[in-house]
Amino acid sequence: MSQFETVIGLEVHLQLSTKTKIFCSCANVFGCPPNTNVCPVCLGLPGTLPVLNHQALLSGIKVGLALNAQINEFIKFDRKNYYYPDLPKGYQISQFDFPVAKDGFLNIKTGNAEKRIGIKRAHLEEDAGKLVHDASGSCSLVDYNRTGTPLIEIVTEADMRSPQEAYDYLNTLKLTLQYLGVSDCDMEKGSLRCDANVSIRPIGQKELGTKTELKNINSFKAVKTALEYEVRRHEQVILAGGKVVQETLLWNDEKAITITMRSKEQAHDYRYFPDPDLVPFTIDYKVIDSVRAELPELPQAKFQRFLSQYGLSDYDANILVADAAMSHFFEEAAKEYPQAKKIANWMGGPVLMELNHRKLALNELKLTPKSLVALIAKVEEGVVSNLAGKEVLTMMLDEGKSAEQIIQEKGLAQVSDDSALIAIIDEVIAQNAAVVEQIKSGKPAAAGFLVGQAMKKSGGKANPKKLNELITRRISGA
Amino acid sequence: MSLYQLTSHALLDLIKSRQVGARDAYIAVQERIKAVDPKVKAYVRMATVQPDFTGALPVPIAIKDNLCTKQEEITCSSRILKGFRSPYDAGVIERVKQSGGTILGIVNMDEFAFGSSCETSCYGPTFNPWNLQCVPGGSSGGSAASVAADEAMWALGSDTGGSIRQPAAFCGIVGLKPTYGRVSRYGLIAFASSLDQIGPLTKDVHDCALLMNIISGYDERDSTSVNEPVPDYTKALVNDVKGLRIGIPKEAFVDGLDPEVRKSVEDALELYKKLGATIKEVSLPHTPYAVATYYIVATAEASSNLARFDGVRFGARKQPTQVRKNALVDMYEETRSQGFGDEAKRRIMLGTYALSSGYYDAYYLRGQKVRTLIKNDLDEVFKDCDCVLTPTSPTVAFKVGEKVSDPLSMYLSDIYTIPANLAGIPAISIPCGFSKSGLPIGMQLMGKAFDEEMLLRVSYTYEQNTEWHLKKPNL
Repeated sequence: MSQFETVIGLEVHLQLSTKTKIFCSCANVFGCPPNTNVCPVCLGLPGTLPVLNHQALLSGIKVGLALNAQINEFIKFDRKNYYYPDLPKGYQISQFDFPVAKDGFLNIKTGNAEKRIGIKRAHLEEDAGKLVHDASGSCSLVDYNRTGTPLIEIVTEADMRSPQEAYDYLNTLKLTLQYLGVSDCDMEKGSLRCDANVSIRPIGQKELGTKTELKNINSFKAVKTALEYEVRRHEQVILAGGKVVQETLLWNDEKAITITMRSKEQAHDYRYFPDPDLVPFTIDYKVIDSVRAELPELPQAKFQRFLSQYGLSDYDANILVADAAMSHFFEEAAKEYPQAKKIANWMGGPVLMELNHRKLALNELKLTPKSLVALIAKVEEGVVSNLAGKEVLTMMLDEGKSAEQIIQEKGLAQVSDDSALIAIIDEVIAQNAAVVEQIKSGKPAAAGFLVGQAMKKSGGKANPKKLNELITRRISGA
Repeated sequence: MSLYQLTSHALLDLIKSRQVGARDAYIAVQERIKAVDPKVKAYVRMATVQPDFTGALPVPIAIKDNLCTKQEEITCSSRILKGFRSPYDAGVIERVKQSGGTILGIVNMDEFAFGSSCETSCYGPTFNPWNLQCVPGGSSGGSAASVAADEAMWALGSDTGGSIRQPAAFCGIVGLKPTYGRVSRYGLIAFASSLDQIGPLTKDVHDCALLMNIISGYDERDSTSVNEPVPDYTKALVNDVKGLRIGIPKEAFVDGLDPEVRKSVEDALELYKKLGATIKEVSLPHTPYAVATYYIVATAEASSNLARFDGVRFGARKQPTQVRKNALVDMYEETRSQGFGDEAKRRIMLGTYALSSGYYDAYYLRGQKVRTLIKNDLDEVFKDCDCVLTPTSPTVAFKVGEKVSDPLSMYLSDIYTIPANLAGIPAISIPCGFSKSGLPIGMQLMGKAFDEEMLLRVSYTYEQNTEWHLKKPNL
């Protein structure tokens, strides 16, 4: 057991998926050829001026409300001044002393416990462009397409006590943001980025230890790994009698180490001041109220409702809630079919397997709530066995046909017709006199063998329930 | 009288009555430029795009070198922007073109509008048409000189602390700084965003009203422009000040005010009295702090506004021959060291300092608070006054080179004009006399926000009862 306590705070940058950029009318899209989605404003050409995209502001308010934060009705933007080629104006328009949201929290599940993570602030700002370094090292190229993409930066209090908690926070945050529909939260595309601040202190000490800031972390897993590495490094430094240096470090995922980027002394003086090009204004509380009224049900509330409304297990509810699309699909299906638990089983089982196997998102699958329910009904009615049902699902997804079509075309329907089954059963009974005797002498379990034999003869299509029923009746009645 | 000497309204009347063609007027002014600009040096380059003379108001106009004009090279008279061609038209340029305005060329200015003499231009100074040994004022020195020398019917300038009014006064013409938000700043290469405003420099008050009609109005591309209806400013041209209350700040008549300037302004007051206006002594107790406040707020904003001139995307990029730090930082340093002149560097340093961590509260924040006090002073005065009259500048035009090495005395030349920028209110400078040395004297009228009409009326009345505006320099 370590003698140190870990203290972690996280900063998440989230690209908001508005139609246009935050201060100009360029489309807010990803993946255009370099420098084709730009205009004089986002290029910072002389004489141009920013105009706030109100959709970005509303998204920011939405995020703030979902994080239980206080919304600043006074909207003001500031300039953060620094030089870098990807920053066309030589300053970033951001929010300094009046972030759109402050003093919120997010409840997370970590292990078996619930924990409240404080949200210090969330502020709106513009994204910078991207530097592309030539492989030969002879030059750097700048792509300004990303410049002006709306961002919200969500800063936690230093409330996390382990890399695992940081990981759990990030997952809960991402899920919440996905529910809000304000961002695609895709770390690979850079629409969600995370920096981590970490320090350690002797257990029981109130004062915080010296922190380091980790940047360039490209996945939630990497956040956890990088933090674990950094905590170990801090411990080693302190145990060896040294002092942790306050600095910003870059995470090298390949080598799994942190590398110094800049020390505290090299830290920028950003010379924040109110952007005179954007006049501060006060938003009507009615606007905030209407955003609040339009907030979707958030994951935690949905989880509780799934337990009570549908009688799902924690496990099933968790799987469904963990993906906004899954939970929506589930509820649509539940409207069509009363046995919600069965739907949940199918979704958490075969459907999820198909998704993972095919590496597709739910909306990319040739499956609708109605078509899934139709399949479940066939299984429950005994038209096909559970096992065959899974095969039907695979074929439905492959061919885009309904369960009924597949069952018919492939002749997968279970034979439940008494006369057809009785012929098979009679044959089996005749061939297994010894087993029949066993059953008659009071070992009904032996009937299972006969069912298996009959199933074989039917080519797997017989309804096993029906078989059992008929065999028992036949033997007892014979 | 030659065609180029006409006021714009006189020209428009002649065009309307088909006595003069728009093209003829344009060519006449071009000829005038050819004749006298080698002496005055108002223009930094002539327009490359020829106008088509089909618009309603085809007045030949000069454009300050900080107003983005499509396809033209626009440089803020700075080496760092050499070669920059604007891919778009500023809001005011769009309006000028829509009105039929015929752009003659781009005129000189102090580099990035940093100056009161037009001497900090990378192209060298412009000279005052009334005395070629003297400065035309600044920063819109080229705009003022071109109009005074009949090298343009009218001109656009920009005013951050007096940059329209002071050169208008030095050159004996009319210059108006509109209310902050009246005219779109979109496409004006910013000096200090919270103070900058584009405005007209014209031969008389009537022209001023006409050009205001063209350039005023809301622009959704400028968040600081105000969606306030634009009146027909020519309706304000009424020769009557009876019953109007003109405030005279007692702080305005201080040491350092040239006695000749003082006399001219006092004469103007007498005239207004005769014409039926009431003169009231008022106090603007915080105006002695205006220059200091201005040089904190304006330089702070400028230090940030000029950060984009970094050699990365446009303008002149420079790389030292030897690596000093690394390729990127070397490029930044070399580009900006060679690209900016001394005054630009001075202001960038001042502003950077004022915004620095640890100094922000003492300088920028305090500056903004004093700014509020100055605005409150004026608000208070306007409760009892329709406008406030002061000299435009404490002196007439000074000699070229006289104040170059003394930035502080240069800064004081804007002592009367700065408060209107800090308060965001409109202010006009009109000719009110001449010094014994034959240099023009200007007086300033300040008004309530969005009450340009009052300024035009009071100025027009003065103009109708005097003849200063009719005098022409001998070139």
